[in-house]
Amino acid sequence: WLFRVETTLNMFIYSSSFTYFFQDNAGQFFSSGHTNNWAVLVCTSRFWFNYRHVANTLSVYRSVKRLGIPDSHIVLMLADDMACNHRNPKPATVFSHKNMELNVYGDDVEVDYRGYEVTVENFLRVLTGRLPPSTPRSKRLLSDDRSNILIYLTGHGGNGFLKFQDSEEISNVELADAFEQMWQKRRYNELLFIIDTCQGASMYERFYSPNLMALASSQVGEDSLSHQPDLAIGVHLMDRYTFYLLEFLEDIHPASKTNMNDLFKVCPKSQCVSTPGHRTDLFLRDPGSVLITDFFGSVRKVEITMETINLTDPINAVNGELQKETYSYVDQLPVSEIIHQKPKQKDWHPPDGFILGLWTLILLVFFKTYGIKHLKHIF
Amino acid sequence: MGLLSDPNRRRALISLLTRLNTPICLVCYMAGVAWFMGLAFEPFTLRTYMSENAMGSTMVEERFPAGERALATGREFAAHKKKVGGMPVDWLVKTMQARGLEVFTQSFSRTLPFPDENKERYMVKGTNVYGILRAPRAPRTEALVLSAPCSPGDNNQAVGLLLGLAQYFRNQIYWAKDIIFLVNEHDLIGMQAWLEGYHHTNTTGMDWSPLQGRGGSIQAALSLELSSDVITSLDLVLEGLNGQLPNLDLANLFYAFCQKIGVLCTIQGKLQRNDWDSVSGYSHAVQTMMLMVMKQASGRPWGDHGLFLRYHIEAATIKGINSFRQYKTDATTIGRLLEGMYRKLNNLLERLHQSYFFYLMPSLSHFVSIGYYMPAFGLLTVILLLRETHIFTGRYLSIYSACIGNSPLLIKYVSSQQSSPGVLSVLTPLVISHLTGVALYTLPIRFQEMAVEHFPVSETEAVVLTAIAVYTAGLALPHNTHRFLSGEGTEQGWRVLKLVAVLYLAVLLGCTALINFSLGFILALTLVPVAAFVTPHIPKVLSAFILVILSPACTLLFSVFFFQELQEMPVSFQDGWLLYLSVISQGILDHFLYGSLVYPLIALLVYPCWLLFWNILFWK
Repeated sequence: WLFRVETTLNMFIYSSSFTYFFQDNAGQFFSSGHTNNWAVLVCTSRFWFNYRHVANTLSVYRSVKRLGIPDSHIVLMLADDMACNHRNPKPATVFSHKNMELNVYGDDVEVDYRGYEVTVENFLRVLTGRLPPSTPRSKRLLSDDRSNILIYLTGHGGNGFLKFQDSEEISNVELADAFEQMWQKRRYNELLFIIDTCQGASMYERFYSPNLMALASSQVGEDSLSHQPDLAIGVHLMDRYTFYLLEFLEDIHPASKTNMNDLFKVCPKSQCVSTPGHRTDLFLRDPGSVLITDFFGSVRKVEITMETINLTDPINAVNGELQKETYSYVDQLPVSEIIHQKPKQKDWHPPDGFILGLWTLILLVFFKTYGIKHLKHIF
Repeated sequence: MGLLSDPNRRRALISLLTRLNTPICLVCYMAGVAWFMGLAFEPFTLRTYMSENAMGSTMVEERFPAGERALATGREFAAHKKKVGGMPVDWLVKTMQARGLEVFTQSFSRTLPFPDENKERYMVKGTNVYGILRAPRAPRTEALVLSAPCSPGDNNQAVGLLLGLAQYFRNQIYWAKDIIFLVNEHDLIGMQAWLEGYHHTNTTGMDWSPLQGRGGSIQAALSLELSSDVITSLDLVLEGLNGQLPNLDLANLFYAFCQKIGVLCTIQGKLQRNDWDSVSGYSHAVQTMMLMVMKQASGRPWGDHGLFLRYHIEAATIKGINSFRQYKTDATTIGRLLEGMYRKLNNLLERLHQSYFFYLMPSLSHFVSIGYYMPAFGLLTVILLLRETHIFTGRYLSIYSACIGNSPLLIKYVSSQQSSPGVLSVLTPLVISHLTGVALYTLPIRFQEMAVEHFPVSETEAVVLTAIAVYTAGLALPHNTHRFLSGEGTEQGWRVLKLVAVLYLAVLLGCTALINFSLGFILALTLVPVAAFVTPHIPKVLSAFILVILSPACTLLFSVFFFQELQEMPVSFQDGWLLYLSVISQGILDHFLYGSLVYPLIALLVYPCWLLFWNILFWK
């Protein structure tokens, strides 16, 4: 029995060290303090020759989805439909690599804001949450104070602004104020902002809210360049920065420990021709301890507990035979009801001539009582 | 006491202008001519570049494979054309339908005002055949046109290539615009009928059947002229009706594709040279530019594309030239070039408008925009304005000195003397000159039958010779208008007339140069010296001779000889004279057939203006 005591003792030590090991790693798990991940991916340009901006956004969407963020937590805004553009020789596809290696459009993409819905107003409303009550859930950023949000913008930009749809611009001041609104309403825990446009670094110059980290593809005064044209399609497929970002993200899997310092090294000047920039002074944690998957993935937090919880029996005993319910589909468009509907009850207003007649009556009574000579006071 | 300017300064400036008027005029004239010649000097020009964002660079993959088959189709077309003796309408309809296009025909007929001797036609009847390739997924709102004229005995390869491209384009799914493949008969007349039918206008009085099928608003058009199986170079023709030019982006697109595919491309039939700093290189550039100026000034469409420009459709003609050169390009390569151009035009979102509409090209890779060439014209117009101030202050100063130096009685006499050359003395020459102009415009056509009865000439010759006769008769006018003038021979009379005439010329030249810079500039070169220096006091015989030399008709004669020289086909005097007569008849025909404005401009406005100066010369 001593042997059994020994083995039990060993098992006890082993399991306690195991739990200790788990608690160690669990501690690392909880270092970031967020419980859910959101992504807002925006492509702001339309027209066929801006194919590459849509391909940029879709490739980030692919990576983010692959690493675990579900469609319900991604707000995807595409300003134009490249896949179904008349000029696309391969309809229903958007390629990111030439010779059509990688189709980033796929068959399960969910675009939340499309075409002309991608405006500065809608973008700011999504960020700040000030949307009309009729907006569906898929178009809302329902983040809370423990959400890590990834915001990716691409399009044509300049020093201090980003062009939306060839007709309006968002300035860096507006963006910084929107993020401050988000902070004050505690709509994020930490926020990673990536922008791939010309002179992109100007967009994060004005940030002043805490817990913001920003990356841009080029400095002020530099242009971000496109990567490679595809001759069969006839347009440039991707921008350089996002191309190398995509390559970097392809190596990330949900359990990888790569941190932000590696992300800052993506696309050096030799590959990108422009100088990518980043800003971390508003971020409270050290970038070296921030995992890529904190923003790009959706790593579920698992809390290990040793307690047991008693659940009540949910199944009620049925007396007698089971009741058979007949199921039927709800009428999607109840035509018969619409045709035979009674007109909606509007608020009742008195008929039009009534008020006029009433006043005429009052005037007549007045003048009958007090004499016609008072009429001259009116006319 | 002036409020905004100092009257003393003003007077000093005006007196300076009056004293130094002639030297300044001469300097301005020299400067204007030198500026114009300097335009062709390469450091003063800009390299061409693509301005339209949507067209981007030439990054498309051209895969047209069927050049040989296209040539075979061309030979079939030639055979059927010979069999029918005109345009093989049924065969074309069948072939286009076999390629999957929606085919329609349009018949048209026109009786020319007088027979055209160059093309030997008088009563023209024809049919246009066109097939529409509908874009597979796009709404039918925009279209591109590829056309090839059907000429007897020529241009078969172009029609074959057109049909070959139609078949290839039909198999592609990336078209966002409809493509219309048009084969027009009787080149410009057929094209005019088709365009009028397409846009529901009728500006030239032609008879045509309405179009059954349409494709939306046309964004760009190309016309093909290809008469040999292999070519050595491709020539681009840009000049259109009334000197209008297509957007420079179309030329840039053509040049970009020429460079990508490696085809030799020319403009005005002249190759590009790299030695701009040598004299021969510079003269080559000047020759190319002068050819373009001459062609633009003539106001006639130099290819079938010229009629599209009036409807704000950018169009150009591509001519295949087979000369004695080693490196030959085959039909497949030409097909690929056209395929690339059409794929790029397909990417357009709006009409070509980013690049220049007014330009001159000393070579295919360099251009001069309106901002650079207009000062040359401006310098010439400044001479007219200087002359204006000279005449005006001359009158003013003479009145001023008369008032200062004489007694009040004399002042009254002098002032009454000044007012006597009233409106009538100016109005009479004006009216008579313009009536002569109207005669020059209407009489040739109207009296051609009478002329043919009385003289042994053909109708064309009758028209042209009547025009020249009316023109020369106008020279006799000053001796006759004096009978009607009351204030004849007065000093002030001719000054007032000259004031009016110089202003009239300045406005006329300015308006002409805005629309057709080349025509305005050439007219200015010859008429501005006339306007500046004509007075009744200069020696009569010599100045009459100079005035006739500088008149519009003689300018046209010299231009004809100059144009032939530039094209390296110099002509003898007899041939030149016959060519001159045919140029006049073509000009009159262009006006009646397509609405060219050069003939009415010269007859109704420039010629009367010149007659006014002739009148001033013979004032006494």
